[in-house]
Amino acid sequence: MSQAETVLRVEQITKKFGDLVANDAISFSLGKGKVLSLLGENGAGKTTLMNIIFGHYTADGGHIEVFGKQLDARSPAEAIGLGVGMVHQHFTLGDNLTVLENIILGTESFRSHRQDIKGALAKLDQLSEEFGLAINPNALVKDLTVGEKQRVEILKALFRGARILILDEPTAVLTPQESEQLFDTLRDMVSRGLSVIFISHKLNEVMSIADDIAVLRHGKLVAAFPIEDASKELIAEKMVGEAIDPPKREPLAIGATVLGLSDISVQDEEGVSLLKNVSLDVHRHEIIGMAGVSGNGQKPLSDLISGTLSPQNGTFTLAGEKIEKFDPHLMVEKGVGRVPEDRHHEGVVGDFSVEENLVLENYRSPQFSTRGWLKASAIKEHANKLIRMFDIRGAAPETTVRGLSGGNMQKVILARILENEPDLILANQPTRGLDVGAATFVHEQLLKARSRGAGILLISEDLEELMAVSDRIVVMYHGQLSNPMQVEDVSVQQLGLLMSGEGFASPESEESAHVA
Amino acid sequence: MEFFEMFLAVGFWSATIRMATPLIFGTLGELICERAGILNLGIEGIMTTGAMVAWMWVYQGGGLWEAVFVAAFFGMLFGYLHSIFSVYMGLSQHVTGIGITLLSTSLSYYAFRMLLPGVTTPPKITPFEEWPVPLLSDIPVIGEALFNQSPLTYVAFLSVLAVAYILYRTPLGLAVRMVGENPMAVEVQGIDVYKLRTGAVMVGSAFMAVGGAFFTISVFDAFYFDMINGRGWICVALVIFASWKPSKALFGALLFAAFDAIQIRVQQASVSFIPYQFYLMMPYIFSILALIIMSRKAAYPKALLVPFRRGQR
Repeated sequence: MSQAETVLRVEQITKKFGDLVANDAISFSLGKGKVLSLLGENGAGKTTLMNIIFGHYTADGGHIEVFGKQLDARSPAEAIGLGVGMVHQHFTLGDNLTVLENIILGTESFRSHRQDIKGALAKLDQLSEEFGLAINPNALVKDLTVGEKQRVEILKALFRGARILILDEPTAVLTPQESEQLFDTLRDMVSRGLSVIFISHKLNEVMSIADDIAVLRHGKLVAAFPIEDASKELIAEKMVGEAIDPPKREPLAIGATVLGLSDISVQDEEGVSLLKNVSLDVHRHEIIGMAGVSGNGQKPLSDLISGTLSPQNGTFTLAGEKIEKFDPHLMVEKGVGRVPEDRHHEGVVGDFSVEENLVLENYRSPQFSTRGWLKASAIKEHANKLIRMFDIRGAAPETTVRGLSGGNMQKVILARILENEPDLILANQPTRGLDVGAATFVHEQLLKARSRGAGILLISEDLEELMAVSDRIVVMYHGQLSNPMQVEDVSVQQLGLLMSGEGFASPESEESAHVA
Repeated sequence: MEFFEMFLAVGFWSATIRMATPLIFGTLGELICERAGILNLGIEGIMTTGAMVAWMWVYQGGGLWEAVFVAAFFGMLFGYLHSIFSVYMGLSQHVTGIGITLLSTSLSYYAFRMLLPGVTTPPKITPFEEWPVPLLSDIPVIGEALFNQSPLTYVAFLSVLAVAYILYRTPLGLAVRMVGENPMAVEVQGIDVYKLRTGAVMVGSAFMAVGGAFFTISVFDAFYFDMINGRGWICVALVIFASWKPSKALFGALLFAAFDAIQIRVQQASVSFIPYQFYLMMPYIFSILALIIMSRKAAYPKALLVPFRRGQR
């Protein structure tokens, strides 16, 4: 660790959830004015550890020292009192309340019969100025952009006098430009003597912001070193426990068009434009990557391809055949396989077993049912086969899907879809929340399908992922689609600009802008 | 025109305000619970309990104001019970609420029968008398209607102001509003979500019980079975009508009460062929229509019905 006054010392922290050891005797320390980056795959125990420091969970063993004082952290109140602030992965804001209300909550005694709005505003003003975090205190949180919401979260912590700020995957929801801004703020903060714990699994960011690195794997601290001693390869290896090669995309000649969208427009019931004159061809042997901040029309587009939404205008063809009737079952029959964005709600039925989930789309086929009766043994055999083929871990055919980890749940979905050998695969955020190992598996499977001759539309917010597996990339912004670009010809910076609307026709009116 | 003359009569306005009183208490109570994110369908039973215990207290020789507090205490008791299930255990608020209503209603009837076995005509007490406010009650029509009411009615109106002030102007109120929007936002600021929600449900339930007590120790002088007669459910609807705002809740309660008052008068005045059940139906039809219109835009507390579990992954 670098030489600096130690502000936070974590010693031998252990936390168990049932049989699972989420944190196994973890020790590390944080220096004043330093950024410590905590890395690890999903389920490595990063968030658990931070939640213990902030007092959401109580550790089963070990102790924590903040500014030389013992922190029992039975509740966030105690952590806040000692100067620890946390920006959670999922925003902890009240949407229908104002920015100021969100910030001053909990700062005044409940016995007080009035609020010191004036004083709070002055203090907030001063903090905004000091850290360059401009915000309208009277705006409702629901009207803010994601970046602004995060600003409110940071201000909340600063308002409580935080000297140590924990950020849990703060860039997961930001555009590259917004991330840069955040980093500027963080650099500013550490230069003023604040200390930061930064959780991420994007290696590029970590390399650019961290002073020290700590890597967790399976609940254990496996490595801790200053940034000077680190390389991306080394960190990645520590995270997964072995060196992993990113999947290779072999060059393939594209085939016939499987999905043809021409001038597709969709409006919602209130006439708000969701998709505007969208045209796109997806060919066999091709992965089209679709970049864009979520809420810019990805959802209606994937609903359209899934058959749950019909367009008002334009033509929609599948393998050259014009589709007039939009129906989910029909789409599956026509060879569309979809990996939905929200795997918990749209991908699996959590309370159903693995074997049931694996036949959700074709339980009606003669292979699995006769005259309305399910064939239990065929379904079980099928499940056993796919569990082996897709290496679905921790699962027996009878296991309920809810109990699986995100990566294994995604494998269930992939197994169900890829087994049918669909001509078109719609993969919407297929690796969101997955660790490197599971994400690589998903990429391999998509590339395999590409070799087989499928056309793939990959919607993602992860630009690194898009650059790695796509043949061509399009950007979606406010319901519009950019021209497709060969992946070799674009840079992350270019995509970032397009994602923030540069180069798109500006929306003619408020009405046409759709921000979900 | 007989129908329009009705609106000039003091009696009509005075009845409207009287009939609105229990609805104001009940709606405020439900509003407080729901603002904290907890639907309290125990309201119908808690009002029944309030009506019974307040009456029983006075019948056994207790004072009227004491009876109000006794009702509030029992309301809090059932509110606490509701909290154990819905806040601490995170069970279905619908099921728990209905359970509380069934339990508290039946317990009230049971206690009434146990304490007064073999009574066929419900015994009477001396209820609150009207409390004319000096000077103000002399203002023609409006003053006579508004300021010549039971003291509990004044309490109801003042409660609207108090609840609105607390919700929007104090740190406690902010926390209550936030916990109904996003309990995690409250938790991360170092406030105990469970205690906050439980407190809100208990206070809300106290209001409900006082609303029930109004029937037995102010409007009437006896306790009858079925005397709440669905008014608790009306309050649940009025909260939606009011978009969870105290001022609109007052307005909604008055509007519903006015329809009820019109209904009674029209029923008495008409020698018509229309069956009286039709008039009885009117306030409810009104409330359904109002709900359809108002609830379209209603911004309900986002965490309403969502249980919070601390320290779980």
